[in-house]
Amino acid sequence: MSDKQVQKLDEIKELVELMIAKDLIEVEIVDGDNKIHLKRPQVQHAVFQGMVPGAMPVHPEIPAMASPATTPAAGTAEEAGLIDVKSPIVGTFYSAPSPDSEPYVQVGADVSPDSVVCIIEAMKVMNEIKAECAGTVVKVLATNGKAVEYGQVLFKVRPHG
Amino acid sequence: MFSRILIANRGEIALRIIRACHELGIEAVAVYSEADRGSAYLDTADEAICIGPASPRESYLNIPRIISAAEIADVEAIHPGYGFLAENAHFAEICRDCNIAFVGPSPESMRMLGDKVEARRIAQKAKVPVTPGSEGEVASEADALKVANKIGYPVIIKAAAGGGGRGMRVVHNDISLRSSYNAARSEAEAAFKNPAVYIERFVVNPRHVEVQVLADNDGHAIHLYERDCTVQRRHQKLIEESPCPVIDEKTREELCRSALRLLKEANYANAATVEFLLDKDKRFYFMEVNTRIQVEHPVTELVTGVDLIEWQLRIASGEPLTLKQRDIHHKGVAMECRINAEDPQRNFAPCAGPVEKFIAPGGPGVRVDTHMYQGAVVTPHYDSMIAKLLVHRPTRAEAIATMKRALAEFTIGPIKTTIPAHLEILSHNLFIKNEIDTGFIERNLS
Repeated sequence: MSDKQVQKLDEIKELVELMIAKDLIEVEIVDGDNKIHLKRPQVQHAVFQGMVPGAMPVHPEIPAMASPATTPAAGTAEEAGLIDVKSPIVGTFYSAPSPDSEPYVQVGADVSPDSVVCIIEAMKVMNEIKAECAGTVVKVLATNGKAVEYGQVLFKVRPHG
Repeated sequence: MFSRILIANRGEIALRIIRACHELGIEAVAVYSEADRGSAYLDTADEAICIGPASPRESYLNIPRIISAAEIADVEAIHPGYGFLAENAHFAEICRDCNIAFVGPSPESMRMLGDKVEARRIAQKAKVPVTPGSEGEVASEADALKVANKIGYPVIIKAAAGGGGRGMRVVHNDISLRSSYNAARSEAEAAFKNPAVYIERFVVNPRHVEVQVLADNDGHAIHLYERDCTVQRRHQKLIEESPCPVIDEKTREELCRSALRLLKEANYANAATVEFLLDKDKRFYFMEVNTRIQVEHPVTELVTGVDLIEWQLRIASGEPLTLKQRDIHHKGVAMECRINAEDPQRNFAPCAGPVEKFIAPGGPGVRVDTHMYQGAVVTPHYDSMIAKLLVHRPTRAEAIATMKRALAEFTIGPIKTTIPAHLEILSHNLFIKNEIDTGFIERNLS
């Protein structure tokens, strides 16, 4: 390679490093007859749209499905022995009784089998979901206002004792 | 046209509908039970939502869960497929109330034609031949005896709310009529929540011929010719073909026009199949209407070149049926074998288990509609049909030859399937010479 070519390559390398540092996806530089166009692969980001529940009638409580966590891929020793609190129905998850209230439970909360842990709205009916297990909430996995399917893990609970 | 729909079904028909959606640029949302989790066809959907455990009552038959899924997935319509909720007028009503289009007829049409007594009445009004029978429901044992003697034995007692081969009893004399009448009523109450029964002359050794119809919301309807589904075991179809190999053009015309008249009389919209019995004198009699797309719909798709699922979606979205009757032609012969996970050697006992080997046939004139694949598992929760093998050739002899070739290539194991039974039927003299009736399997296959 000639000196000029080496210099050009260095410039391009610098440009690429700058793009990465500033998280730029595409850069085009035109200098007279010279043009350089660099493009990086894009990372897709999911966009979630929260829904705010209006005032709706509350339905009698539905038990969640609580079972031992079955995700060995989760890896850490902490995951072992945790209970999965799963959605018993299809619908939209709400963490609090109304948009202005505190969530039913947060990380660190104690729950008993009859504790209401969330609301899942299905067909305009707000179903109060019970924990069906006793312990401390260690993870909240569902997002307020987002859809959940049958069997989806909503919370992870460390059992008492 | 819809931009996004939900499919309230599973397996091969769900996949069929997903395919039609994608060809029309519609996003397809699939639902699945825990038993179907991981099934490869779900990956072809744009979104898949788990709606319940394996039991159909808590998943594919569960209206609240399905409507819930439809709402969170924000779909414009639901296609019910066949079976499950496809002929559930209450479900169609709920869809309407929730502003979700139902890909099928209105709840009113469905109710009207789903009531076998009412459907018979409409057939008579449309001057469609029916077997001699009772004028509506037979309300007492005394009436049953009167009707049976008037129309002549043998007679068949049928549940008004029944269908699909269930809730039927054949009776040959007054003595058995008494007990059969009462038993039929109890069975009907238990199975269909409606004890009403009616009586018809029993056609001995009939052939089963049905006509495919499409109708739009403006009253324009066309027929897409007939399918012969005589090869049945316990009222479950095993092999279907088109055209019917034993009727002449004149009978074909009359048959197909009758089906059209009946559905026009009922103001029907979307796809339907009108079923008839053909007696040994080639006279046809109206049996029932199936107000849904049927398992064997690809047989008609092959001989006419019309995509029936596509037209169901178009009609449901409000588009007119632009096909004209004069543009519908049937070409060649198409045949379908329903490949079930059943063991013909053990009285067709259903077989569940892993599908370690699954190699589907191919080549000229072969179409395979299936959700099954190597590495999948057949679960015991749903019906046993795992694939539909179809052929389309210029003549019936070639169709039989190609079907036999394709069946021989089709490798499924270690679960047992009905492939050996199909090979036996296709090699049977009576089948080849078209001398069969609906009792053929019972009499000739071990």
